[in-house]
Amino acid sequence: MAARRLACSLLSRSRAACSPSLSRSVFGGDRIHGSASGVPRGLTTATAIEEPIQPPVQVNHTQLLINGQFVDSASGRTFPTLDPRTGELIAHVAEGDVEDVNRAVIAARKAFDGGPWPKMTGYQRSCILYRFADLIEKHNDEIAALETWDNGKPYEQAAKAEIPTLARLMRYYAGWADKIHGLIVPADSPHHVQVLHEPIGVAGQIIPWNFPLLMFAWKVGPALACGNTIVLKTAEQTPLSALLVSKLFHEAGLPDGVLNVISGFGPTAGAALASHMDVDKLAFTGSTDTGKIVLELAARSNLKPVTLELGGKSPIIVMDDADIDQAVEVAHFALFFNQGQCCCAGSRTFVHERVYDEFVEKSKARALKRVVGDPFRKGVEQGPQIDEEQFSKILHYIKSGVDSGATLVTGGDRIGSKGYYIQPTIFSDVEDEMKIAKEEIFGPVQSILKFKDVNEVIQRANTTRYGLAAGVFTHNLNAANTFMRALRAGTVWINCYDVFDAAIPFGGYKMSGNGREKGIDSLKNYLQVKAVVTPLKNPAWL
Amino acid sequence: MASEANSSAGDGLKLPEIKFTKLFIDGCFVDAVSGKTFESRDPRNGEVIANIAAGDKEDVDLAVKAAREAFDHGKWPRMSGSERGRIMMKYADLIEQHAEELAALECLDAGKLFSVNKTKDVPVAWNVVRYYAGAADKIHGETLKLSGEFQGYTLREPIGVVGHIIPWNFPIIMFFFKVAPALAAGCTMLVKPAEQTPLTALYCAHLAKQAGLPDGVLNVVTGFGATAGAAIASHMDVDKVSFTGSTEVGRLVMEAAARSNLKSVSLELGGKSPVIICDDADIDMAGEICVAGSRVYVQEGIYDEFVRKIAESCKSWIVGDPFCPHVHQGPQVDRKQFEKVLRYIDHGKREGATILTGGKACGETGFYVEPTIFTDVKENMLIAQDEIFGPVMSLMKFKTIEEAIERANDTRYGLAAGIVTKDINRANRLSRSIRAGIIWINCYLEFENDCPFGGYKMSGFGRDNGMHALEKYLQVKSVVIPIYGSPWR
Repeated sequence: MAARRLACSLLSRSRAACSPSLSRSVFGGDRIHGSASGVPRGLTTATAIEEPIQPPVQVNHTQLLINGQFVDSASGRTFPTLDPRTGELIAHVAEGDVEDVNRAVIAARKAFDGGPWPKMTGYQRSCILYRFADLIEKHNDEIAALETWDNGKPYEQAAKAEIPTLARLMRYYAGWADKIHGLIVPADSPHHVQVLHEPIGVAGQIIPWNFPLLMFAWKVGPALACGNTIVLKTAEQTPLSALLVSKLFHEAGLPDGVLNVISGFGPTAGAALASHMDVDKLAFTGSTDTGKIVLELAARSNLKPVTLELGGKSPIIVMDDADIDQAVEVAHFALFFNQGQCCCAGSRTFVHERVYDEFVEKSKARALKRVVGDPFRKGVEQGPQIDEEQFSKILHYIKSGVDSGATLVTGGDRIGSKGYYIQPTIFSDVEDEMKIAKEEIFGPVQSILKFKDVNEVIQRANTTRYGLAAGVFTHNLNAANTFMRALRAGTVWINCYDVFDAAIPFGGYKMSGNGREKGIDSLKNYLQVKAVVTPLKNPAWL
Repeated sequence: MASEANSSAGDGLKLPEIKFTKLFIDGCFVDAVSGKTFESRDPRNGEVIANIAAGDKEDVDLAVKAAREAFDHGKWPRMSGSERGRIMMKYADLIEQHAEELAALECLDAGKLFSVNKTKDVPVAWNVVRYYAGAADKIHGETLKLSGEFQGYTLREPIGVVGHIIPWNFPIIMFFFKVAPALAAGCTMLVKPAEQTPLTALYCAHLAKQAGLPDGVLNVVTGFGATAGAAIASHMDVDKVSFTGSTEVGRLVMEAAARSNLKSVSLELGGKSPVIICDDADIDMAGEICVAGSRVYVQEGIYDEFVRKIAESCKSWIVGDPFCPHVHQGPQVDRKQFEKVLRYIDHGKREGATILTGGKACGETGFYVEPTIFTDVKENMLIAQDEIFGPVMSLMKFKTIEEAIERANDTRYGLAAGIVTKDINRANRLSRSIRAGIIWINCYLEFENDCPFGGYKMSGFGRDNGMHALEKYLQVKSVVIPIYGSPWR
């Protein structure tokens, strides 16, 4: 119960953060310049938010998914999921709690211990993942609409980048399922040593609201490829899309009980999963504060291994030899993408003093052009923030920026009187010790800082409890290499940002978490290593 | 053994229409430059089933030119691995959709059992393409630990234009064992199928185009080894040749590579693979496994019982029309092989080995041979040394494990071996002691996508299957660059 109380006090909202997997095309000049110049001035930040567009999708699944069946929660309770454009109700969703998590774990346990999932060949598992990817493609627009409705992200972003990336990620992991290799290792004595990589068992996975389906893919893909079974808890802000795609997964041939989906809250369902004695592994993406609780619950229960993908305050460093226009555009994207709700958002932009004023001016011009509005409208770059709580928090940080003496370059206020829209906001003359330069804001607020030399900026960039990502803009090869090694972050993007391919590992240094998602490294999160040793009698070689 | 040779296509099965008989170069089916053709024959009766374009040096030049262009300037190596993987997935789907037709073509051309083609060979083909589709985005270089103030890394780059020369025994499987990893790696290629079995390769070239493979990436030149094959092996603009076939031809391929541009070579050659059946073996399992081994060593304690059982089981072995579903064994591939097998049988008799069962041709027409077992075979007999490539088994007796190891290794080959025992120490010892590329313990001929296959000694070098096969089609580039002020080394 102590664990439960601790969870209640701190897990109040599993706010969470992680970035999208985006194809490089999103960065193409076509999109950026095309949409900016193609949109009339009247539709930019100053626009009052009009009547919301009716989403072209129906909500068909609101129950928990346990053992292949949609079921009500044990308590019969539901909670509302809201439209961030208006704060109004989309649907009532079954609210999972301890008893529902128990039922889901029993189903997952049975599916793991009894099969057929882990007993299938890797190739058979891969075929089901491939079929799932095909179904995602087939239902792309419907899934994207649901994602936008529940989350508030631009529909074009969901439909053209995120849902195709979901399919891409599932195919990537499908390809791994039949290529998971242990080593045969040498022994000093006459022994034959095999290393088997076995699935861990029942994986508990807790995912955030900022990229609901991409986070689904990062978690579910490797776990299933390796032969695990899953209890997944979605964020209470965005429960809908995971239910829809999980249903498609079963259509693709996923056996019952292999993937169970619980909608609900962190302190109840999330805590139950993290402290469950029969969950063999936990993966969490969300805030650093909640990550601490999750790790603690695992320690207090069955010592389940935990991977954490947490917050960040990622630096972007713009050298004086950089292509300034490109740096402005990419740094703008790095911060404002997804309404600023990315764990790896470039939220500390360090600019060399020689190009500082130019950079600030151009960033301001770019932010003023940013198209904010109903995410279902074509050409919109920025929708509303996820909910009231985040909305208020961001406005509070903006006030803190002004109060601490930073220069408000543009923005600074909400847009309209309904929903959670915030103006793209830029602060210049930001100092390291200001709150807006230290804490994760998770909103459309860019902080631009000034630096003089490389060693100084390395030291300042690393002075943070976080270490998720970093960006560097320079044409100088030696400077790029110096930054590459000196920055203590899990990803360093050089002359680019937010490039998320399936094979690129992603994760944090320091309090940004541990473990890596995507790439071959992600498989380690879901595999046990077993060494098998047997004597050799008169072997031909050792 | 029962003989059902000479029946027409079994169970009223319709013979497949032969749609593709020309060379496939740069996305088009074309006649040979010379206009020449050769006959492809039905091994059941020796009748001509199609006239196939006879590719020669000029045709190889054209195919290499197309592959070179596709590699140097085309999309294929410049696509992301995942894009190549998508096209390969579509290719696999198309093979699956045309399974029946491919199985029938293979049966007609190679005399291989239709039911086995349909349930084994053709599924192996599409499975291996899917396996490498999933591998195309998993080709990793490494970052390196260098001693100086340097940052180093490796890139694994596609090797370029690949020439694949493949045999007639598993035509469609060999086609994809070679083509699929080379495609995943980003290479372009030309394939020369065996002159005995050109049909499925041409059909698969057609499917590749349907799947969206860019023109020039996959070319198929049908023809003979001495002409088309030699032209590939000695071509100055082919970067790699990958050959499966006999050891003697493998030597010619390597020689031609050495004399031309030192192209990298991989060879999957002949074998004389031993099966070792220990005293403690499950004798029924041993009987099933040994059918594929050409040298079967049986420990003395169970030798007599084993001989009795194997002779008995041969009686129910049905040789006949490969289109018939209950037939175990079809004809040999062509007259040449048929005659060669019979010559070896005669030689065995003359050398003093004892015929336990079989020993002659089967039926009046076609190239059928009785399943033949020799006992009293000595290591120095030709039938125990040479690859016969026919249904001829040599049974030998051994006393100790040491002796079995020595005799099993007493061969210039090292492709595979089988071990039948229930004892873990014996299994482990034999598996390390036998010099062969694959060891099957209490099983045999288990080919898996993820399991490398290839030879020791004169059975060749390089591996098909698994992630290892990609190595053949990649080259490693190291990149080294100074790095200043690194916080770690």
